Amino acid sequence: MSTQKDIAEPSYLEYKGKYKGIFSWIFSTDHKRIALLYLFSILSFFIVGATLGLLMKFELIAPGKTIMTAQTYNAFFTLHGIIMIFAIVIPGLPAVFGNFLLPIMIGAKDVAFPRLNLMSWYLYVAGVSLVLISQFAGQGPPDTGWTFYAPYSFRTTGNMLPAVFGAFVLGFSSILTGLNFLVTIHRMRAPGMTWLKMPLFPWALYATGWVQLLATPIIGITLLMVVAERTLHIGFFDPTLGGDPLLYQHLFWTYSHPAVYIMILPAMGAISEIMSTFSHKTIFGYRFMVVSTLAIAFVGYFVWGHHMFTSGMSSTALYTFSLLTFLVAIPSAIKVFNWISTMHQGSIDLQTPFYWAIAFIFVFMVGGFSGLILGSLAANVHLHNTHFVVAHFHFIVFGGTGFAFFGAMHYWFPKITGKMYDTRWANIGLVVFFVGFITLYGPMFYLGFKGMPRRYYDYDEVFHAGNIISTMGSWVLYSGLAIIIINLISSLKGGSKASSDPWGGKTLEWTIPSPPPVENFTEIPTITKGPYDYK
Amino acid sequence: MSMTTVIHRDDLASKTGMWLFLFTEMLLFGGLFVVYSVYRYRNAMAFHFAAEELSVFIGTINTIILLISSSTIAMSITAIQKKNKKFALLLIGITIFLGFAFLVNKYFEWGGHIREHIYPGSSVLALRGQGDVLFYGLYFFMTVLHALHIIIGLVFIGVISVKIFRDKITSDNYVLLENSGLYWHLVDLIWIFLFPLFYLIT
Repeated sequence: MSTQKDIAEPSYLEYKGKYKGIFSWIFSTDHKRIALLYLFSILSFFIVGATLGLLMKFELIAPGKTIMTAQTYNAFFTLHGIIMIFAIVIPGLPAVFGNFLLPIMIGAKDVAFPRLNLMSWYLYVAGVSLVLISQFAGQGPPDTGWTFYAPYSFRTTGNMLPAVFGAFVLGFSSILTGLNFLVTIHRMRAPGMTWLKMPLFPWALYATGWVQLLATPIIGITLLMVVAERTLHIGFFDPTLGGDPLLYQHLFWTYSHPAVYIMILPAMGAISEIMSTFSHKTIFGYRFMVVSTLAIAFVGYFVWGHHMFTSGMSSTALYTFSLLTFLVAIPSAIKVFNWISTMHQGSIDLQTPFYWAIAFIFVFMVGGFSGLILGSLAANVHLHNTHFVVAHFHFIVFGGTGFAFFGAMHYWFPKITGKMYDTRWANIGLVVFFVGFITLYGPMFYLGFKGMPRRYYDYDEVFHAGNIISTMGSWVLYSGLAIIIINLISSLKGGSKASSDPWGGKTLEWTIPSPPPVENFTEIPTITKGPYDYK
Repeated sequence: MSMTTVIHRDDLASKTGMWLFLFTEMLLFGGLFVVYSVYRYRNAMAFHFAAEELSVFIGTINTIILLISSSTIAMSITAIQKKNKKFALLLIGITIFLGFAFLVNKYFEWGGHIREHIYPGSSVLALRGQGDVLFYGLYFFMTVLHALHIIIGLVFIGVISVKIFRDKITSDNYVLLENSGLYWHLVDLIWIFLFPLFYLIT
């Protein structure tokens, strides 16, 4: 396809392939179509997960039973956790925006293994289906929480096997995506794009790829051990057979802490792109951004113990894990400083994605600082397993990854769909969403600090006021979410046509038409300049 | 299906992908090695006596079988490079045969344990104490997982041999054979670790 054509190439949305209708999507190996398959499935499951969260918050509006029994509540927070963690925030940014933009941003026509990429999506759908089946088949839904802690995970009569195996399959999908991206970045960068001429979003995906590849197998084998424990009574984690439940926690968090960096690194990469584009200025401290990305990925492997400060570990282990946890804060803070410095003396263009990025920095900092409080040993004993922890990780996971996801969505929407969205409604949606977010999760810091435990459907009367505010916040948040999604969907029909570079971005995706042609580039570009070349 | 382009082939990319996949396999078993070390440390005596019950003879035979099969598949790559299709197919045939031989040995070995009521969840095993329960639990879990990898490898190599037969894999396009060789070496390598852990360290 090296020949030049006089007529414009059809966009990936109009392209007629071998298959018709829906099959032209679910059999497509085009990275852009696969990205949209992921986007559609992730948003659908996100609505399910968010609705579960909304119902849980409604249960907590008053002490005692409001709308559901304790057992239903247990099942709800389990499914909410599994869906949100394994099916949304872990694949979220890499599978949707990584798939769509990684090849384009490094000047390639597709990922290294397009068919493997499609298989990853099939595995993803299979994994989520297994998790959903666990809700309806067998003796009642799983009720262990998304962490599947031993020994309860093989003692409960809940239908654990499909849920655990579903999480295993989702992990496999994640590994294959990471593997694909790593090879793509190593082998398919456009001529002249040296490592230090690569934009920061691909860099973030590169670091994420390694974490996906090297951490996910650990949870894979751990979940298989739980499956074996339930079916064959092997005794890995069963104290009555000589096993050690604490070992399960170690293995689980050996993956699940690095998984937090699978969630946040691509988010940071997307924010870096947005910051540079809307400040019309090269990113401040590009090399530091690269190094801090890799540092976060690396140090992230050695901090899992901070999830287990109260589980019983030697004091040497406690001090080490606490120290390493504080160390992770340094590269994260470098990123925040560099984003702020990028804005300094830039020509800032106040657009919706930029507002999202600002909101991201704010909630990410609140989440980060509360993480330091949890990382210090003495405070952790008081705050462990309280709503403080719930608030902390929702600020990081939902606030961090979620805000970056919506920021990226508003940033790349014109590129992906070829349409502009209604900016006014997008901004209103953001404000409502942000207010709802703070109202929902803010009071949880206070509630947790006062001692309200997590994962209970009931609470003491003293926590009533905070919970009412929090529940009201969930309504506002949900409305904000509805405004954002409805605005984007209605823009698909009514939006004005987007130019190839509506924001004045400098990375490669803005040099090709919106929406991109099937082959991305008619001619593979040769790179001579850095990624953020503003003069 | 968007691929209207000429078929793009990048052997180095395929091999890089395979190596990355092998890393994940190593970590998959790595998790089990961690569990093994923890429980060996806690139940040193029980692991010692349980390991003495396993037949070092069968274990050694199986190790030799896998080592030879690894060398035959490596030689088949050279044979393909030298355009000697028949010899390559013969070597791959030997590899597949040895893979089956390994599984047959393993079948009789497992069968022997099960006849003596030594398997996860058995009440006879439970009476022997927690160390033995953990040793045999790990033994069965890890060797069965390894055997599953042998079976996957055999299927993979079987497909490859058909492709060689139909001239889909030739002297200038043999990355699939190389990748299946890499996978087979990994399966071999894991056994090289399993063998001392369960049979030799007493």
